[in-house]
Amino acid sequence: MPINAGKLLSRFTMNGATSEPVAVVLKPCELRAFIELVKLEQGFLENIMFISATCGGVYPLNMVHDGTIDKNLSQYWTAIKKEEIPPNLRPACKACTEFIPYNTDMTINLVGNKTLDSQCEIFIESKKGEELAKDKDIKKKYSEKESKKKNLDNFRGKREAEKKKIFDEITPKLTGMDGLINIFGKCIGCHGCSKVCPICYCKLCEFESSDSEYGPSHYESELRRRGAVRVPPNTLYYHLGRLSHIAISCVGCGSCEDVCPVDIPLSIIFKKIGESVQHMFEYIPGKSITEKIPLTTFKEKELTEIEK
Amino acid sequence: MKKDDDFMPKILTFLCNWCSYAGADLAGTSRLKYPTSIIPIRVMCSSRVDPLFILKGYLNGADGVLLTGCHPGDCHYQSGNYHTRRRFAVLKKIFENLGLEHERLRLSWISASEGQKYAKITTEFTQKIKELGKNSTGTEIFL
Repeated sequence: MPINAGKLLSRFTMNGATSEPVAVVLKPCELRAFIELVKLEQGFLENIMFISATCGGVYPLNMVHDGTIDKNLSQYWTAIKKEEIPPNLRPACKACTEFIPYNTDMTINLVGNKTLDSQCEIFIESKKGEELAKDKDIKKKYSEKESKKKNLDNFRGKREAEKKKIFDEITPKLTGMDGLINIFGKCIGCHGCSKVCPICYCKLCEFESSDSEYGPSHYESELRRRGAVRVPPNTLYYHLGRLSHIAISCVGCGSCEDVCPVDIPLSIIFKKIGESVQHMFEYIPGKSITEKIPLTTFKEKELTEIEK
Repeated sequence: MKKDDDFMPKILTFLCNWCSYAGADLAGTSRLKYPTSIIPIRVMCSSRVDPLFILKGYLNGADGVLLTGCHPGDCHYQSGNYHTRRRFAVLKKIFENLGLEHERLRLSWISASEGQKYAKITTEFTQKIKELGKNSTGTEIFL
């Protein structure tokens, strides 16, 4: 998944709503990313119809290239039908607990659908969805979304357990300056993670600007102070800076890890820190279009323990 | 952490133009004593301070970062400091979760009339940073 459809859709609707109705098929995380971008005034919802699915997860990109995906696909659908997590998924997907899409017009039932091979089951979630279903004469089975959610508690439990396992694995490595240097020390500074991130939307990025460039005198003073300088410099500043900017809206789509050429477990780091920050404000990015992003709003009486 | 009595920390201090800077000024004109560890930077509002500024200071060897602004409700721009508070809380949470020294970051509200408070907070914070010792990021190569 080198491109996040949410980011793409934001590019598509940047100048205003589309003149014709457009139906978009995308994964739940991509839809949540798009909702965040709309809140950041980077896209328009009007005239767009969202078709998403209960998402079983995605395989890593290199599996497509080395051809092993064909072997894995049948295994994938068997696992999905049985509400199990297919092996070899991307870590971001294995640990994803938001697999039921929000704000859709139509939801395709994939996870736990035993009759997947014979018929397509679609949930109509909005008026728009209903109209489209009428036009196209889709043979449908209506079902309440709430009951659907209950049925997937089992699957959610498995994902929660997997998430805990993955988080527990990375926590001891992700502690203190030494831990961070170990993890991010591999970074070659390509900034691919920020370019592919749907939430990182700034056109003029601080880390790409001349402010972040090291000139000769800067190198010299750094060398005098530190004795040596790692190249490229400012790796931790970049990653921690990105965390401080986007953690609150991170949807955990895992695009950053997909593109990382040196395999830094970015998706898990951002998901872990992101969830802890989002938890402070009980915020789920992309869940609701009306709920403001916590850093763009405030309450007068809150967080009083922060000030000392 | 090593304790060094001769060690004078460097504390990056952001002061908002309307309250805290005036508070610091009052401390000066009242001839109150406060430590030389403070490196003041005047900003128009505490909300002008991007978490990146704090990070950059921290990663370049500032032993402490102090962010000051008007008391909640008193912001010259109505709501700037409420935003500061949320941003700071988020940054602090990130530091805690990554096992970084979040004690080196501090947010304080200091009004224009609180010269006393300014002197007290800077002295306290300097003392605390002295206990924590030097920030290792100043000489760290692999950042």
